[in-house]
Amino acid sequence: MTRDSLITSENDVDIGLEFEGLEDEVDTFQEEHERERHRGKRRDGERAKKKKRGNGEGRKRASRAGQEDEKLQARGEKKGRRKRSSSDQQAEGREGDEAEQPTTKSSKAAKTRKNVKNEKTRKVEKEEKEDEADDEERNAKRKNKHGSNKKEEIVEEGNKHTVREKAGEVKKKKHKKVVETSSEKETSEEEDNEEEDSEEKEVRPETLTPEELEALKEAVDERKKLIQGLRGKPWAMKKKLVTLRESQEFVEKYEGALGKGKGRKLYAYKVMMTKKWMKFKRDFENFKTACIPWEMKIKEIESHFGSSVASYFIFLRWMYGINMILFCLTFGLVMVPEALMGRPYGTIPRKTVPRAEASSAMDFAVLWDFGGYAQYSVLFYGYYNNQRAIGWLKFRMPLSYFLVGVGTVAYSYMVVIRTMARNANESGVGDDNSFNFSWKMFTSWDYLIGNPETADNKFASITTIFKEAILEEQESRKDDNIHLTRFLRVLANFLVLCCLAGSGYLIYFVVRRSQKFALDGLENHTWWERNEVNMVMSLLGMFCPMLFDVISALENYHPRVALQWQLGRIFALFLGNLYTFIIALMDEINLKREEENIVKFNITTWEASLYNISASENSTAPPVTIQPADVPRGPCWETMVGQEFVRLIISDTMTTYITLLIGDFLRAVLVRFLNYCWCWDLEAGFPSYSEFDVSGNVLGLIFNQGMIWMGAFYAPCLPALNLLRLHVSMYLQCWAVMCCNVPQERVFKASGSNNFYMAMLLVILFLSTLPAIYTIVTIPPSFDCGPFSGKKRMFDVIQETLESDFPAWFSKVFSYASNPGLVLPFILLMVLAIYYLQSTSKSYKEANVDLKKKLQTQNEENKKKNKLAALKAQVDLEEARKAASPSAEHQKNNNASPDQEADEEEDRGRSQRMYHSKNGRSPPPPRHDGHLPATRAPVPRNYPHGNQGSAGYLPGFPRESEARMHRVPSLQRH
Amino acid sequence: MGTTASQLGKDMLSEYQELTFLTKQEILLAHKRFTELLTKDEKDLPNTRVQMERILTLPELKSNPFRKRICNVFSTSEYKDGGLTFEDFLDLLSAFSDSATLEIKSHYAFRIFDFDDDGTLDCGDLEKLVNCLTGETDDTRLTPEEMRQLINNILEESDIDKDGTVNLSEFQHVISRSPDFVSSFKIVL
Repeated sequence: MTRDSLITSENDVDIGLEFEGLEDEVDTFQEEHERERHRGKRRDGERAKKKKRGNGEGRKRASRAGQEDEKLQARGEKKGRRKRSSSDQQAEGREGDEAEQPTTKSSKAAKTRKNVKNEKTRKVEKEEKEDEADDEERNAKRKNKHGSNKKEEIVEEGNKHTVREKAGEVKKKKHKKVVETSSEKETSEEEDNEEEDSEEKEVRPETLTPEELEALKEAVDERKKLIQGLRGKPWAMKKKLVTLRESQEFVEKYEGALGKGKGRKLYAYKVMMTKKWMKFKRDFENFKTACIPWEMKIKEIESHFGSSVASYFIFLRWMYGINMILFCLTFGLVMVPEALMGRPYGTIPRKTVPRAEASSAMDFAVLWDFGGYAQYSVLFYGYYNNQRAIGWLKFRMPLSYFLVGVGTVAYSYMVVIRTMARNANESGVGDDNSFNFSWKMFTSWDYLIGNPETADNKFASITTIFKEAILEEQESRKDDNIHLTRFLRVLANFLVLCCLAGSGYLIYFVVRRSQKFALDGLENHTWWERNEVNMVMSLLGMFCPMLFDVISALENYHPRVALQWQLGRIFALFLGNLYTFIIALMDEINLKREEENIVKFNITTWEASLYNISASENSTAPPVTIQPADVPRGPCWETMVGQEFVRLIISDTMTTYITLLIGDFLRAVLVRFLNYCWCWDLEAGFPSYSEFDVSGNVLGLIFNQGMIWMGAFYAPCLPALNLLRLHVSMYLQCWAVMCCNVPQERVFKASGSNNFYMAMLLVILFLSTLPAIYTIVTIPPSFDCGPFSGKKRMFDVIQETLESDFPAWFSKVFSYASNPGLVLPFILLMVLAIYYLQSTSKSYKEANVDLKKKLQTQNEENKKKNKLAALKAQVDLEEARKAASPSAEHQKNNNASPDQEADEEEDRGRSQRMYHSKNGRSPPPPRHDGHLPATRAPVPRNYPHGNQGSAGYLPGFPRESEARMHRVPSLQRH
Repeated sequence: MGTTASQLGKDMLSEYQELTFLTKQEILLAHKRFTELLTKDEKDLPNTRVQMERILTLPELKSNPFRKRICNVFSTSEYKDGGLTFEDFLDLLSAFSDSATLEIKSHYAFRIFDFDDDGTLDCGDLEKLVNCLTGETDDTRLTPEEMRQLINNILEESDIDKDGTVNLSEFQHVISRSPDFVSSFKIVL
């Protein structure tokens, strides 16, 4: 037992009290009686134990170091003596004990004086603590001693401290029960307490028995746990500091005692390593948080605009992370190896700009369209050679290309699904409407808001939320003209469908037209005609949402529902556009493949003619060397697809940035400066400043990512481009938000829709991998470009690798494994597993609901029981008062009319009143005594005693005073 | 930064890290911001208490409707004036930090909402809470009828033991289900 351990044990007394107060007060009285009866029997055994403990105390003191120790030792011995004497005296009679008490008091008084002095001089804090702890020790000892001389103490006076001690004792008796009812944390503390008690006997490490050693070890472990859990405790820093230091001291002191000989050394080493490891972990954490990019920027935005706008930027950062990984994959495993180890530019036809294009290959306009040199570079599929292994590393280029393509998709799936699962975990299991109002009330304020304007908006939005909720509650569904509303909604949906169909047709039309232009040759057309597709898609993406917004005004939905509809429609629009684009691309691919067949045929004739020429001219001449630029080649549809996607991304990025600059920045500038000379207030009136459109921006980001996933296989440069785009976006949008946006009027919380966005991302991922996989699986690769040229299908590269790079048995195993007879049962098994998991999760949900119901009923029952108990306690209290001295008269009046509604609050108030009056009536020295334990107790206990003026609400001990009150009657009765 | 670090002391810093949910950088930043609030001669004294008025000038707290409550809850001052020492300030930031547990957040949220410090949220507390949330201006205020309705609804939902007040465990029960409490109960310097 040490002083620090006692602090927790004291706390436990309080906690224990609380539980008893709630659960067991009825039994308490009976138990008191019973114990009274048993006491005689137990006394002898107890005395023996006392002696032992007393000795132990003395010995332990001896083991302490420093001059203080001598002092303490003396005291300890005194205490031991006193204890022994007290038990002896008890055997003789009560009077002796009465005489003994003053000595305790006087020593205590001296103690206090010392305490006070210490406070004043503010000397070393440690010493003070020592004192404090010492007092704790004494309290605890008294608690133990208590079993024997309890009666005397009771008679002594209605001292609060005694009451508590007794309660502590009772608690120990009923430890089992408490464990059953208390929460886990308290249980552990309780056990901790028990251990400390058992530990009291042990003193020097050398004399420890194995069990004691075990106990000590456990105590040390408990301490460590306490240290770790300390930050999670709602205490004031001072208290935490004190506890931390004491616990650390304890751990340090006794850690060495654990283990003997060799074991001890090992143990010490282990301890040291854990310490180092902890420190390293902490430093690493610090380092990690320092490494998170844009943290400060996002925090700044958070404080200005609340969490919803910030959530967009967090999402952006998350996207950036994913794209970083994708970029590393494609860059590290595809682009760099090909550029370094593959054949250099100009060695083979696919790596050379054709003669016809060579003159304009370096023009900016061509490069901007990703033609010319850009087209014949590592940026696109067509550049890669089908050489199986390249460079001195024998790097399997085609295989790597294929696996990276698959890997990007697989990685993206994994990340998205994992994030979704985590979000779902965080947001808890559904359970949505059970606390509708309370959540609105307790969690609607966004504490991050640091901008008065945002705060005003937030106030307004909260008010509307409250009003809406009340209205909804009052009249759940009262539509005055349901038919009109229905008609309008149908109309709105019809209009939206028209819009979608129109935009789809427009894109299809434009793509077809652009193909015609392409056949004619791009040079003959204007800039607009060349960039029609991308521009039309971007413009549609820009204006259609506005149109939808106007249309949705017809529908008269609740804003939240309206937002979801709006998002759904924009989603449909984007998706429709993307898919029309893809279908048009497919058409183009088919055209190119036809062209390819013609070219193939031409090439054979060309080669034949070449051969013929060389053969006819001079059979002995060396074979003609043809410049790779002159070789006729196929159209290479893969590169075309890649180019289309890259152009799309570029134009999309440009539109985003330009709308940002015009729509936000220019508007803000105009509004700000024209406001001085305008007829109406521009800032408050019509144009005003723009809001940051979180949902639109998130959708844009998601679709952008979808295009990346779709096109990355044919253009390895896409992740890099996207990375660049996101990087610029981050800075540009941060700047735009801070300088020219106003906080949203309708502030939606971020986290609620988080998984909604994630789900969209997943859908997009799926939809964008579909066409990519389709093209990979069904369309044969071009014959003269790309890593898979010459193969029937792109995935043949796997088989090739299996056959040539792996031992024969492996390919055999693989062919067996890919047998439908094995694959089908496997799929079946997976389906079954999914079904099983789903049904179990359903049953868990049901169990959850059941448990909740149970909890509710139990809570109600508990409450009833508490009321009953409170009533009974009150009656007892009355009796006790009547029996007690007449000086308590005024107090009886106070409580004469028992309040039927035994409110906790009132209980507390009453108990405090009682405490006051009791102190008031006791003679001066005892009162001193009565206050002392309070001042000496650790911080938490100070509160209920010290701050009687205030309500004395306390973190860890919400209801202790109630329990204390129930002790009072029993105390006065005996 | 270097000067603040030396001012704070290395072991103090590590102890603070042990006891709060803050990282080293955050503690140093907090110290910097806190010392900025102090006057010249106060800077030399250890454990000075900054008055609530000065704490409330921090932009992070300025527009928070619960700013006074927050100060009062985290203050360990004997005079109940809401003044904060640096340690109180760290406690505050720790409870409002990103990594603080739901338990501690809900605990302090409860104390902040408990305007009369009596350990339960009764009708008076809830009314004050609603008034805080709806702002000071009259046009955003709720009518008494609406207020009554709202408070009744809240008590209906979260007062599990039906004693007319919401106590800490009930409050934590409600809060723990909330999807966005943890993400919004944050103050970042």
